[in-house]
Amino acid sequence: MRRASWFNVTALTLGFAFLYLPMVLLVIYSFNSSKLVTVWAGFSTKWYGELLQNEAFLDAAVITLKVAVASSTLATILGTMAAYVLVRGGRFLGRTLFSGMIYAPLVMPEVITGLSLLLLFIGIGLDRGVLTIVLAHTTFSMCYVSVVVSSRLVSFDRSLEEAALDLGCSPFDAFRLVTLPIIAPAVISGWLLAFTLSLDDLVIASFTTGPSSTTLPIKIWSAVRLGVSPEINALSTIMIGIVTVGVISASLVSKRNAVKAQQDMQAAERGAT
Amino acid sequence: MNMRRFFLIAVPYVWLLALFLIPFFIVFKISLSDLALSIPPYTPTMKDGIGQMIKAFDFENFVFLTTDDLYWKAYLSSLKIALFSTVLALLVGYPMAYGMARAPEEWRPTLMMLVILPFWTSFLIRVYAWVGILSNEGFLNQFLLWTGVISTPLAIMNTTTAVYIGIVYTYLPFMILPIYAALDRLDESLIEAAQDLGCSRTKAFWLVTVPLSRSGIIAGCFLVFIPALGEFVIPSLLGGSGTLMIGKVLFEEFFNNRDWPVASAVAVILLLILIVPIILFQRNQQRQAEAET
Repeated sequence: MRRASWFNVTALTLGFAFLYLPMVLLVIYSFNSSKLVTVWAGFSTKWYGELLQNEAFLDAAVITLKVAVASSTLATILGTMAAYVLVRGGRFLGRTLFSGMIYAPLVMPEVITGLSLLLLFIGIGLDRGVLTIVLAHTTFSMCYVSVVVSSRLVSFDRSLEEAALDLGCSPFDAFRLVTLPIIAPAVISGWLLAFTLSLDDLVIASFTTGPSSTTLPIKIWSAVRLGVSPEINALSTIMIGIVTVGVISASLVSKRNAVKAQQDMQAAERGAT
Repeated sequence: MNMRRFFLIAVPYVWLLALFLIPFFIVFKISLSDLALSIPPYTPTMKDGIGQMIKAFDFENFVFLTTDDLYWKAYLSSLKIALFSTVLALLVGYPMAYGMARAPEEWRPTLMMLVILPFWTSFLIRVYAWVGILSNEGFLNQFLLWTGVISTPLAIMNTTTAVYIGIVYTYLPFMILPIYAALDRLDESLIEAAQDLGCSRTKAFWLVTVPLSRSGIIAGCFLVFIPALGEFVIPSLLGGSGTLMIGKVLFEEFFNNRDWPVASAVAVILLLILIVPIILFQRNQQRQAEAET
């Protein structure tokens, strides 16, 4: 369409090659039968088999999933409350401090968050383990949830809530029946974001974990420090696969919902005339 | 009603106070304490009474940081690495964001998803993927040897170059997305007007497109610079022992040397350095939000 578009196409091709080539190589070489990761010696799925036999990894995966489910659920509840307070809460004492505490964790280096939480847990004598990791993950991911949810709360029409209140709903019912369904997509994506953040976290978990609760990133970290290993490639491929399927299906669902919403709007307009 | 409002505000508020703000004060307190051979490895503790505790405070750890040149070298080298990676990410990210904003309408959601997808995949795995590429017998060296460009493998792994590549790679989506958002909002008739008035395409780009995407550029740069400054995983995995970054120093001070007071002092200084870019970033975001409404 424009003359310079060869430049745009080149920039996009090279850029996406840079973003995706490392992961593509990782996936391909996870099916390599050689122990030498960078030398291709034929197709094999044996590293997946060995991975499934490796109990240390499986135990770590179970702990990681438990932590992720617990912390992302807690973070979603607290983060949605915080978003509601920020957008609809009006004035209250210490509002500036509150919004500061919501935004600061987003830009805080992980080493500082991890260190400070560890010092707190030791200071109050809380034994480190699954509980402390859940507390730590909830704290930083609730801020992400609250940013996602508040952007949705800002953009929606407040008169809908007021109409529900006028029609006799209690504030809680108005929230449950009107507000919640409207902000639900944001709440769900907030939960997913919190979940992936928790699955992914190495630094904060390293600070707040105890000896009996090794999460998957900590396990992967101690393995990859020794160099490339085919088992880790297999594990990475599984994780990349899950994320890819998840993100693509989420975008298809949201696309279908958008189309449906558009059809509803058109039907409503036809009905009105 | 009022009880409910109180509850709604109090629960997240108290949570953040207890698990975000108070821990910082503990870090600050310990940075003023002395190292002790016990668990926890610092003195004094609250048990001795507040007055005694405050009396024992001193700035010894901060003085120590200035006398040992490891620390200020690490701060400087972190600043340098974060700054250069930000510039590199801008040079790679701007053309990509520009290409996306100029792409046909029906491609844009797919391109957008392709930028966001790496963000959802494990950060650790994405950094790890580069180990197999950059190492001496890695894919890049194999490829370059095969094509005959080089005759001996390049030593990229365990150098600062590898850290630059790693940071640009992992934080590129943070650079692209705000710039794309700014370019997407840009009214194209302005560029046409500039060209009608005699600007060349290049001149129109520098005089119209770049200034109008400024807020996106600023946001993207801070979103890369701020996390890069305290980065731990990338320098540890790709940088080897030769790369000095403050996040790594803090981690090692804490876990390997078990010197908690010094680790806390390192954290306090890092936080002080970060306050300036964080405030500038917030201001940019506020100005942008005001411009939109």
